[in-house]
Amino acid sequence: MKLLGQNREPLWKEEFSVFANDERYVSRRQFAKFLVLTSFGMLVGNVWLLLKSVFLRKEQYPRQAIATVADLAVGQSKTFSYPTADDRCVLIRTGERRYVAFSQKCTHLSCAVYYSRDENALVCPCHKGYFSAQDGSVLQGPPPRPLPRIVLEQVGDALIARGVQVNGGSQS
Amino acid sequence: MRSHSPLPRQRGLTAISGALALIILLLIVQIWLLTASLESFLAGHLSVAVPGAIASALIFLACLGLYIFILRVDREVQQD
Repeated sequence: MKLLGQNREPLWKEEFSVFANDERYVSRRQFAKFLVLTSFGMLVGNVWLLLKSVFLRKEQYPRQAIATVADLAVGQSKTFSYPTADDRCVLIRTGERRYVAFSQKCTHLSCAVYYSRDENALVCPCHKGYFSAQDGSVLQGPPPRPLPRIVLEQVGDALIARGVQVNGGSQS
Repeated sequence: MRSHSPLPRQRGLTAISGALALIILLLIVQIWLLTASLESFLAGHLSVAVPGAIASALIFLACLGLYIFILRVDREVQQD
């Protein structure tokens, strides 16, 4: 180094010529950019929910025969798929002339609920969530919302599903 | 009229830290907003989605504004 002159910076300083303060500035700027991108991601999430809401309002559910009156005795239940093959539901005959149907997907963590005749309730076996067999409301356990209800119609002897009613909002 | 002079380094750092803190605060509100909107959507309250999206857009714009502010302050400090 001395051969090249006294005032010259040492070689390591030339090669690592970024000051600590400057480096901190850069990382803060990058951090800010990361935060803004995260904010944009959450905006995308909200817009996605908005679009889903718009399309869900317009969604038309099919009319589908799911059972006949003779299929179930009082207190019995039967599973079926509605509106798609992936959406499992449970139909319950709660009275002589009364039928109710609900989605089988627990509103807690989507385990399949089943009808317990002894307890007259829909039970989620995963975390012991209980739903009313009358209206699908939460009786106990961790589920935060009632079960989506399938809108039924009786035409002659046939039971027809014609919509899904989520808590508060009806789609049929 | 005051002449435009570059920001001293320490004041620039403080301004950037303040802006970062504000962005983080806004992000926390936005996370809560997204969670609340999702919860309402799953519960079938579809009307919540519109104000949720508008509020989220406003928060994003505020974050973007603060980010631009950070870039500007950074540029001024670099000139110092």
